[in-house]
Amino acid sequence: MRRPVAVRVVGPMQWIVYPALISVAATIVLQTPVELFGLHLPEPVIPMVLAFAWPLIRPSVLAPMVLVTLGLALDILTYGPLGLWGLTFLAIYSIVLASRSFLAGQDTAVLFVWYAACCALAFLLAYVVMAFIAPTPASLISVFLQLLPTLLLFPFAHRLIERFEDGDVRFR
Amino acid sequence: MAFRDGPFENIKVPLVWTAAVTVVIAAIGCVLLLISDARAQNSPYQPVRAGVESVSGPVGGVFAAPVRWFGHASDYVGGYFFAVSENRRLKRELAELQPWRDQAIALKNVNARYEAMLGIRPEPPVAMRTARSISDTRGPFSNARLLDVGAARGVKVGNPVINEHGLVGRIVGTSSNVSRMLLLTDVASRTPVLVDRTDARALLTGDGSGNPRLEFVRGVGSVQAGDRILSSGDGGGFPRGVPIGVAARGIDGSWRVKLFSDRGAIDYVRVMLFEDFGQLIGADDLNAPPLAALDTLAEATAAQTTAITDSAARRAAAREAAATPPAATPAPSTAQPVQPPAQPAPGGTE
Repeated sequence: MRRPVAVRVVGPMQWIVYPALISVAATIVLQTPVELFGLHLPEPVIPMVLAFAWPLIRPSVLAPMVLVTLGLALDILTYGPLGLWGLTFLAIYSIVLASRSFLAGQDTAVLFVWYAACCALAFLLAYVVMAFIAPTPASLISVFLQLLPTLLLFPFAHRLIERFEDGDVRFR
Repeated sequence: MAFRDGPFENIKVPLVWTAAVTVVIAAIGCVLLLISDARAQNSPYQPVRAGVESVSGPVGGVFAAPVRWFGHASDYVGGYFFAVSENRRLKRELAELQPWRDQAIALKNVNARYEAMLGIRPEPPVAMRTARSISDTRGPFSNARLLDVGAARGVKVGNPVINEHGLVGRIVGTSSNVSRMLLLTDVASRTPVLVDRTDARALLTGDGSGNPRLEFVRGVGSVQAGDRILSSGDGGGFPRGVPIGVAARGIDGSWRVKLFSDRGAIDYVRVMLFEDFGQLIGADDLNAPPLAALDTLAEATAAQTTAITDSAARRAAAREAAATPPAATPAPSTAQPVQPPAQPAPGGTE
């Protein structure tokens, strides 16, 4: 007689809410005014990881709404214009959602290239929006200095995808 | 008949489509937010920002506290090991600065006499509040900090903020115990400045990099590398003469300013409770007709009337004396220099 196998259903708390809370906490921690030898803490855009990973894990109605909430929180925490980061996260989410069938099962290197392209596009979008809002466009060097640590967060995105991609058999 | 038993029983909307619709609706909301919010003081979302900052500020303070303690500990250890070299350096600096101190005292004395002679009204002393930075934003699109003092201690929007080296930024938002400081490097920062050597005016414009731009420089050749840049006080937002930095050429050829405030950590700062002249006097008073106050004056007393009449008579007499041609006077035969009266010898007896 076959023993019953427990099917683990991963709910939105596991792959949406907890990572979102962790990203907010990490953002607040990295805003600590630390200066050692003239160097500050890096300030990557941490929710970019979630905007890339969530559509690859599975399509969801909740994920875009949480991304907008994260964007608004980031705007307030960084004193940016409200809606700036929410819009960029949604742009990344929609691009990855559209290319989901292509990215599913791809090698890690392909995912990283796609992640880098998405991050570059997100910063370009934010740069253009800020050029319209602020009287002076931002320095490209400082844009690159924030893009670089954001790219270094790819292992977290990859880990999130690996962890939850097969978490629910209904989405295989 | 239940809905699931009807003709729509087999219609299933793909989850991708519902997610896409959600994305579109949320994106429209974000665009509307961007249009309606300009990070300005009159933004309708300013109370929301203040509320979130008043909550996140203490949380950031909790994270900043261990960092501060570690910094104090490393300073203590460093001071113990480098005490001798530090002592030599300080003695050398003290010897260099003593002549400057004497000159400063002399110039202060001369300046006070000039101000008294010319009737210049000097700027009143500015009250300050010491604050601690509890959160730091350093991205390309925003450079701001949270300070642990707020409206409860008299901090207002627009107050300049300095550290021990120079100007750091200004207050752009306050709640009761937390205030938001916009740094000089933020893309929204505009500061009227002057070049100390030539007194030329310019505008310090942040662009998210560490060294803000110097734009709209008046005059040809009015800026050289190494010129000190001070706040000009134009517009009344900042007091005049607050040190800001040193002019330097950027890699793109534009004039930039190396900020004095970057010489050390911006952890403890002072908020200047500066009131510009536009805030001291109401706009209606400034725009009033010149003689509007005459209607509210009380009647002159007898003594005042006598003094006014006497003054008018003296002026009329002076005018008549000036109008009358002077009588011809004989020319002196020899020009004799006027001799000063003899002075008594010092220490002499009378």
